[in-house]
Amino acid sequence: MQNYDLIVVGGGPAGLAAAIEAKKNDVDSILIIERDREVGGILQQCIHNGFGLHIFKEQLTGPEYAERFIEEAKSMNIDYVVDTMVLDVTPEKVVHVINPKTGYQTFQAKAVIMAMGCRERTRGAINIPGYRPSGVYSAGTAQRYTNMEGFMPGKKVFILGSGDIGLIMARRMVLEGAEVLGVAELMPFSGGLKRNIVQCLDDYNIPLLLSHTIIKIEGKDRLEKVIVAQVDENFRPIPGTEKEYEVDTLLLSVGLIPENELSKKAGIKLNPVTSGPFVNESMETSVEGIFACGNVVHVHDLVDFVTQESRRAGLNAAKYIKNEKATEGKIVEANTGFGITYVVPSKILVDNVEDELVMFMRVNNVYSNMRLEVKSGDTVIKSIKRRHLAPGEMEQVKLKPSDLAKAEGELVFSIVGEDA
Amino acid sequence: MADNKVELVCIACPVGCLMEVEQNGDEFIVTGNACKRGPEYAKAELTHPTRTLCTTVAIKNGFLNRVPVFTEDEIPKGLIFEAMDEINKIVVEAPVKVRQIVIENLLGTGINVVTTRSMSKKNS
Repeated sequence: MQNYDLIVVGGGPAGLAAAIEAKKNDVDSILIIERDREVGGILQQCIHNGFGLHIFKEQLTGPEYAERFIEEAKSMNIDYVVDTMVLDVTPEKVVHVINPKTGYQTFQAKAVIMAMGCRERTRGAINIPGYRPSGVYSAGTAQRYTNMEGFMPGKKVFILGSGDIGLIMARRMVLEGAEVLGVAELMPFSGGLKRNIVQCLDDYNIPLLLSHTIIKIEGKDRLEKVIVAQVDENFRPIPGTEKEYEVDTLLLSVGLIPENELSKKAGIKLNPVTSGPFVNESMETSVEGIFACGNVVHVHDLVDFVTQESRRAGLNAAKYIKNEKATEGKIVEANTGFGITYVVPSKILVDNVEDELVMFMRVNNVYSNMRLEVKSGDTVIKSIKRRHLAPGEMEQVKLKPSDLAKAEGELVFSIVGEDA
Repeated sequence: MADNKVELVCIACPVGCLMEVEQNGDEFIVTGNACKRGPEYAKAELTHPTRTLCTTVAIKNGFLNRVPVFTEDEIPKGLIFEAMDEINKIVVEAPVKVRQIVIENLLGTGINVVTTRSMSKKNS
């Protein structure tokens, strides 16, 4: 069995950034394990620009953002393997892998970083009634076909779900000569970034149907038709609002789920709200020495924040390996109050926070002119004005050690009216 | 006057500020923006809208079948489909480097189309 100080599961933006940060902090023996044919993760198919504004102060495409990290990892001589599937990570940090050339192998690590990312929800996850013809794709699959393999998924397209991938793919299909008849969104608001509604839908006159869903799929061999209906406030289709769209292709952009089969097998506790591991201030999971970062923890909308979070995981894995982390001391729990769906991290060992701790969270609805408030008991620790809050846009609150010093027991994150 | 006021979502960055733009002759009065790129975007959008075009070109003997490209700068919005026709004529040969020029001076705009990743040859 080969030994490594640090094994990183997943060579996407999270895994690469974590490995680089660990190496910068004097961890020498690192292995990144990637199951795809190359590292870079899903960024390699995200050929649109807009990545890197926070990290590089310029707008890069996905592949370009990935390449900067790949080149940095290579220049630092960080080892990685591709075409390699991790089968199991044990709480003792034995990593079982399989590869078509080298077969089955096990590695022993001192610390492991879980960076497996997320996957798309499928038709099965949302139970659309009707036939099972070809022509129904997840938006990300269609993106990979179009941008990497060079296949067009179809000619007349309808899209269900207005998450960013759905919006981006609407534009992409139009640019490649397809007709996009519409995007239906179950919720009364889009889950995607506002800029994507403007530059992907409005620019190409693609209608966005809010509070609409697909109630039937028709076509035996190939998709022929989707039936769309408006929904009421309980998301039930309203009779009489049905509309037919003759299309050969349906793209589903109906959400992403952190991919945590390995975490479950390793005995890591998962948060049912995010479907990702509970992590502490160091991005360490409930299993000591196993860290997690990126979309495997919670689905991000910007890769820049994945990078930021992953650097934190890499730094702390390095400290763990070198025995430099505090293991005891004052602990503060981060809990959700009104309007907040989740907060990451969920637990803070205050002594491990050096200069600043970024708390990531999502709100449960669209709000205007409110405050994001952080309270401990009756003490207001932070209160930040927000003109606009939406579930599709991740919020962050920065806590300083001085803020944490004021906290006792727990911190509650909530939304309050501006005057409160 | 109310009819020379428009609402615009800024697309300069992922924040997506909702701006109100009032046009007064050549002057644009912008409110609601969080940074200085808002007014720049608003003026451009209302006078000569431009976009960065991101797409792919075919690649021979490449590790993948397509290599991503984009226009190095924003091109007039009205030229996007014509630009796609030009870009779709291109076949490059692997290996390519990142930011390698694929089309020089696209449709007389003075803007180049360049690759946005490097790509090695198949099985190398």
